[in-house]
Amino acid sequence: MDLTALLFESGFWIATIRMATPLLFGTLGELICERAGVLNLGIEGIMAAGCMSGWMWVYQGGTLWGGVVFAAFIGALFGLIHALFTVYLGLSQHVTGIGITMLASSLSSFVFRMLLPEATTPPKIIPFEAVDIPFLSDIPGIGPILFSLSPMTLLALTVLGVVWYGLYRTPAGLALRMVGENPMAAESQGVDVFLIRTLAVMTGSALMAVGGAYLTLSAFDAFYIGMINGRGWICIALVVFASWKPGKALLGALFFAGFDAIQMRVQQQSISLIPYQVYLMMPYVFSIIALVIMSRKASYPKALLVPFRKGER
Amino acid sequence: MRLEPRQNVSLTRKLLAPLMAVFIALALCSLLIVWAGASPFTAFYLLIKGALGSTFALSETLTRTTPLIFTGLAAAVAFRAKLWNIGGEGQLYAGACLATWLGTGAIDLPAPVMIPFLFLSGGLAGGLLLLLPTLLKTHLKADEVVTTLLLNFIVLLVVNWLVFGPWKDPMAMGWPQANPVVDAAILPTLLPKMRIHLGLIIALVCALGTWVLMRATVWGFDIRAVGANLKASTFAGLPVTSTIIRTAIISGGLAGCAGVSELCGLRGYLTIDLSPGFGYSGIVVAMLAALNPLGVILAAFFVAVIQIGADSMSRALNISTYIADVTTALSLLAVIVSMLLVRYRIRWR
Repeated sequence: MDLTALLFESGFWIATIRMATPLLFGTLGELICERAGVLNLGIEGIMAAGCMSGWMWVYQGGTLWGGVVFAAFIGALFGLIHALFTVYLGLSQHVTGIGITMLASSLSSFVFRMLLPEATTPPKIIPFEAVDIPFLSDIPGIGPILFSLSPMTLLALTVLGVVWYGLYRTPAGLALRMVGENPMAAESQGVDVFLIRTLAVMTGSALMAVGGAYLTLSAFDAFYIGMINGRGWICIALVVFASWKPGKALLGALFFAGFDAIQMRVQQQSISLIPYQVYLMMPYVFSIIALVIMSRKASYPKALLVPFRKGER
Repeated sequence: MRLEPRQNVSLTRKLLAPLMAVFIALALCSLLIVWAGASPFTAFYLLIKGALGSTFALSETLTRTTPLIFTGLAAAVAFRAKLWNIGGEGQLYAGACLATWLGTGAIDLPAPVMIPFLFLSGGLAGGLLLLLPTLLKTHLKADEVVTTLLLNFIVLLVVNWLVFGPWKDPMAMGWPQANPVVDAAILPTLLPKMRIHLGLIIALVCALGTWVLMRATVWGFDIRAVGANLKASTFAGLPVTSTIIRTAIISGGLAGCAGVSELCGLRGYLTIDLSPGFGYSGIVVAMLAALNPLGVILAAFFVAVIQIGADSMSRALNISTYIADVTTALSLLAVIVSMLLVRYRIRWR
C-alpha cells in the first residue's frame, strides 16, 4: 500500500477525524481531572456508560442532543462517586478508578440487557448527520474534509476552546490548576480544594461520557457490549502525550486516530505482508512510546495522586 | 468533614469490616434483582445453590477459584510494593502462549517433568512481560498503570494473530484455536468426571509460598517496606530498584502460571477467550484479601462463588449474567471503603 497516496485520500482524513473525536472528548475530560490532581482510571467504564445511556435515551424516543446531555449527566454521576472516594475519603486513585471502570461497564451491559432482553441483532437509531458549512464545504479537496463534520465533532472542538480558555484565562481555571499543583497553597488563598476537585472530576467525567456517546450517536447507530475497546486507556496515555495541555490533546488525538484509519484500510485489503493485528497494535505501542518520552520531562501536576487532607502536611 | 485516625483497632472490627462491605454490596445488587422482577432471596438462594449446592457445582467453583488465586496473588504481591500491575491479563496470556509453544510438540518430556517445566516457563514469560513496564517505571518514570494496561491489548492482539494465523489448528473445523497440548502436559483431574484439576493444588502451594516469602524473608520485608514508604526505604539503604524488579518477576510469574493452569488444566488449547478477564478480577481478589496471600485463597473462592453462582442464578431467573460483574465491582468499592473506615473515623466538622 502506498502511504503517500493515502495522505491525499479524503476518505482517510474523514476517517481520522471521525475516530479522533471520542479520543478528544475523553482526553480533555481526563486532562481536567488530572489538572485538579485526580487520576481518573474510571474513564474506560465511564465512556461505556455514556455510550450506552446516550444511545438508550435516543432509542427510547429522546432527541439526539438529549442523548448527549443524558450521557453527560450519567458520566457526572460516576464522576461524583469517584470524587467522593478519592477526594473526600482519600482512597487510592488507582484502585477506585479500576473499580469505577468495572462498575460502570458491567452496569451498562446489565442495564442494556435489562431494557432490551430479546435483542439478537442490535437495534438501530438514526445518528447525527454531518453538517456542511455553507460555501466552505464546496472547496474541492479539503472542503468536504474540514467543513463537513458531525455536529459532535464541532462540539468537541468547541469544548477544546472552552477548556483552553477556562483553564488559562478564568479565575476558576486558575483555582483548578492550583489545587492540582499545590492544594495547601490554594487552601490558604481561600479556595475550597474539595469542592474544586469534585467539580473538576464531575465535569471531566461528563466529557468522557459524551466521548462514549459519540460512538453510538454519531459514528455508529447501534450499541455493542465492549464497544469502547480500550479507547479510554488510550486517552489516559494521550493526556501524558499532550503534557497536560489542551491544544496538544487535539494533535495527539488526530495522530492516534490516523493509525486507526490506516489499520482499517489495511484490513480491507485482503493480501498484505504485515498481519492487520500489527496495525491494530500501533495505537497501543505508540501510546507506550509517547508515555516514555513525555514522562521524562515530568511536567505533570505536582499534586496528582496525592490526597489532600485538611490540616495535614 | 475530616478523617481521624483510630487508635487500637480491634481484630473483630478488622474482620467484620470486609464482611459488612460484601453484605452492603449484595444489598445494592438486590435492588437490580428486584428491578429485574425477581425476589433477592430466591436469587441469592439460587446463587449459593448454583455455586455450592452439589459436588459438580463445588467442583466448578473450585475450578474457577484456581486462576483467580494466581492472578489475585499476582496483584497482591505487586500492590504491596506499590507496583500497580494492571497487566495480569496480558501476563496470563504470555504464560499460556509460551506453554502452548512448548507443550504442543516443541519439547518432549514425561508428565512429572513436563508440568513443572511448563509452569516455570509460563511463569517466566509472564514475569518478563511485566519486567518491561517495570524497567520503564524505575528508569524512565513511565507510569506502570497505563503501560501494563496497554500491554494487555497488545498481547491479546498477538494471541489473536497466532490463533488465526501460524498456530491455527487445522483440525479445529475453522475455529480460531491453537493446536492442543500433548497428553504429558495435561494436568490430571482431582475428582473423576469433574473438571477440577491439579492447578488448584499448585495455586494453593503458590499462595502458601507467597505468604512465607512476604512474612518470613528479608526479601518480603523489603517488598513491604518499599510499598509502605519509598523515601524511607531509599534513605535506609534498602535495594529499592532491585526489590521492585524482583517483585515484578514474581507478580508477572504468578499471572503467567494462571495462563498455564487454564491452558493445561481446563482447555487444552489456546484461544482468545482463554480468560474472561481473570487478570482484572485478580485485582478485586487482591483488594478483598487486603493484599494478604492467604486471604487471597478465600477472596478468590468468594469471587468464584459469585461468578459461578450468578451464572446459574441468571440462567434460572433469566437475569443478565452481567449481574456477576456488577456484584464483584460493588464488592471491590465497598471493601476499599470499609478498609478505610477500619483505620479512620469520619468526623463531620
